[in-house]
Amino acid sequence: MRRLGGAATLMQINSNREVLNKVTFLLGDSDIVKTAENTAPKGIFDDTVISFLNDVSREIMKNKAARMYSDVVTFAFWIRKTSMLKMKTRFFEESAPLRLGRGIAFHIAPSNVPVNFAYSLVSGLLCGNINIVRVPSKQFPQVDILADAFAKTLDDYEELKPFVVLVRYMRDKEINDFFSSVCDVRIVWGGNNTIAELRKSPLPPRSTEITFADRFSIAVIDSDAYMDSDDKRGIAENFYNDTYFSDQNACTSPRLVVWMGSRIKEAKELFWKEEHALAAKKYQFQDIQGVNKLTTFCLAAMEFDCIRKEEGEDNLLFRINNAEIPDDLMDYRDNSGYFYEYDCKDILELRSLCNNMSCQTIGYIGDSSLFEPLIKSGIKGVDRVVPIGRTMDFDLIWDGYNLPALMTRTVVIE
Amino acid sequence: MTFDELLTIPPYSLDHTQKAEMLTERLGDLTRLHKDKCEEYARILEGLSFDCADIDSYLDIPFLPVRLFKERSLKSVSDDEIVKTMTSSGTTGQSVSRIYLDRRTASYQQKTMVKIVSDFTGSSRMPMIILDCPSVVKNRAMFSARGAGILGFSLFGSKKIYALDDDMKLDVEGIKAFLEQYSDQKILLFGFTFMIWQHFYKEMKKLKNEGITFDLSNAVLIHGGGWKKLASEAVSSEQFKASLHDVCGLSEIHDYYGMVEQTGCIYMECECGHLHTSIFSDVITRRPYDFSVCDVGEKGIVQVVSTIPESYPGHSLLTEDEGIVLGEDDCPCGRKGKYFKIIGRLKNAEIRGCSDTYADKFK
Repeated sequence: MRRLGGAATLMQINSNREVLNKVTFLLGDSDIVKTAENTAPKGIFDDTVISFLNDVSREIMKNKAARMYSDVVTFAFWIRKTSMLKMKTRFFEESAPLRLGRGIAFHIAPSNVPVNFAYSLVSGLLCGNINIVRVPSKQFPQVDILADAFAKTLDDYEELKPFVVLVRYMRDKEINDFFSSVCDVRIVWGGNNTIAELRKSPLPPRSTEITFADRFSIAVIDSDAYMDSDDKRGIAENFYNDTYFSDQNACTSPRLVVWMGSRIKEAKELFWKEEHALAAKKYQFQDIQGVNKLTTFCLAAMEFDCIRKEEGEDNLLFRINNAEIPDDLMDYRDNSGYFYEYDCKDILELRSLCNNMSCQTIGYIGDSSLFEPLIKSGIKGVDRVVPIGRTMDFDLIWDGYNLPALMTRTVVIE
Repeated sequence: MTFDELLTIPPYSLDHTQKAEMLTERLGDLTRLHKDKCEEYARILEGLSFDCADIDSYLDIPFLPVRLFKERSLKSVSDDEIVKTMTSSGTTGQSVSRIYLDRRTASYQQKTMVKIVSDFTGSSRMPMIILDCPSVVKNRAMFSARGAGILGFSLFGSKKIYALDDDMKLDVEGIKAFLEQYSDQKILLFGFTFMIWQHFYKEMKKLKNEGITFDLSNAVLIHGGGWKKLASEAVSSEQFKASLHDVCGLSEIHDYYGMVEQTGCIYMECECGHLHTSIFSDVITRRPYDFSVCDVGEKGIVQVVSTIPESYPGHSLLTEDEGIVLGEDDCPCGRKGKYFKIIGRLKNAEIRGCSDTYADKFK
């Protein structure tokens, strides 16, 4: 292959072929991979790609089984033509320099989020790249449903077949080495450990990398706005989707709820009553989770003397009240319904926590202008401030990265 | 009630009401003691807004998840009072519990163990075959759970030999000579369930086929350490007993349940196949969903309380084992107290999330 060069090439190619034998292809095959570097990347927001995605969306919505998974439906909705054209308006300027895909994009999806790989793939496609995507090694029905929809739709888009390769393999450095050695951009999800693992596989000199590290998120609720809302059930649903729906363990899931305004006490009471009732109905509690949460609480309590566990009905919901927010409180975060809480008078009290570059999203109820002084104070964290219920909404600006800028090459013609 | 007073009471003699009263007093005292002496423990109580004045029953006393002892060094004595540190036998790469003992707690552990075990074996010491290798107990300052078990039970041995050498080979000649020498006495065998199966039973079976047999019909075997490894070989408790009987005539076999975090208070299996709580400790099964106390016959997470620990705050612990309390005070074997069985470990949680999970949650 081109980048390997020299006398070792033939041997290298043979061993690479063997490496590919260890890979399961859900979509595409080893021939596509072997010829990938001869495939011409497309321009950003290519019409064929947008039309293709729209057809994938239809294919998914036609499938009854697919409609049972809200995460699959959300994805299908996102890749509709209207939504993609809106995206194009935001990220594409006719007058700007030409933007082309960088070439081969090698994506490593997180192992515990079923549909994340598809968002990563679509980002790569929209930017004109040839995509090799490692899907979770764990079997999720959502992965098969989506792979199936892509496969069926690709039959009508012969020219796009080289652009979509879905692979599955157990953690394996040799395979990582191979895909890394041929890619122009590597997109690593899965947090710090996975990033560290992938960094052992070198990239060619011009290739770039986008890494999604371990992050945490918080929620800020204006108690007055909450009390004034006449859809408290809806807010509970939204908060559920931001938290319990993904075991409160997505990077976007709030781990700390900050309360502001003048009616904190009554807002808290109502909010958690609604949330608990909803979780009791919808959340699949696992027997060990109470033990895990109690363990985390005890560890935190030994560390900080400013925390108190609220008495709760059961182990579905742990609420830990904080008299102050210690700097390393988030080292003691947990999931599956484990919330720290803080009553806040001035948004700048959050400055230290939000100055932590691991702080990703603020989900809020109230007025977003509240956060301006906090952001403008010059903090290193907080990449997104979005209403509660939308913390999981994927966008091409994600985790502080402008993906269209990072996954394309900008060509200046003067 | 002081622990020394408790030691004067026969270990399976208190009924439900008497035992509850005694436990509430002693465990309440221990709660107050550790709150005074162990800052971390005091902080946990404070974090739970727990007031020691509110203890109406020992069931009210908070339980610490056993995992805490893997994460932090918890002690209620100063470092110069520590005479022994015990560790759990975690597999490679896993973190292990560290339990700190002062002279007094160590001695309570020993005395308790003697009281409990002699209720099953009689109080006189017996020639003892340890079904393990000698290297396990080499380091006397640092004890693994296996080493602690062996040393603990060695108290019941008059003369002792190890059945295995450090390469885990069965010492056929040594055992033969030992059995001949003490042919007129009852023999005590002690070891860990999986080691016994792997290195003793399997070897004996092989030898039997070669025509070499041992007669252990006048021996009593006490074994512990859990069934996890044997369950993967699909060996049940019944099969374990039958197989051993088959190969060497052994008929008196007692399993026990216990953990390094509460050494001394072991739960012996009686003649009816039930694990028993003595007056020194208790087992409470709790519902995973809200930690409320299970009914008799209902599966729950096992909480263990022990009247022993004074040097570390381990008198009330939430294990990660599942068990069922089968009854109280009415086991056909005649011993008072709760009797129960252990089902196994709680399943690890399957959690979604952006960060891939590698091995242990806490590092």
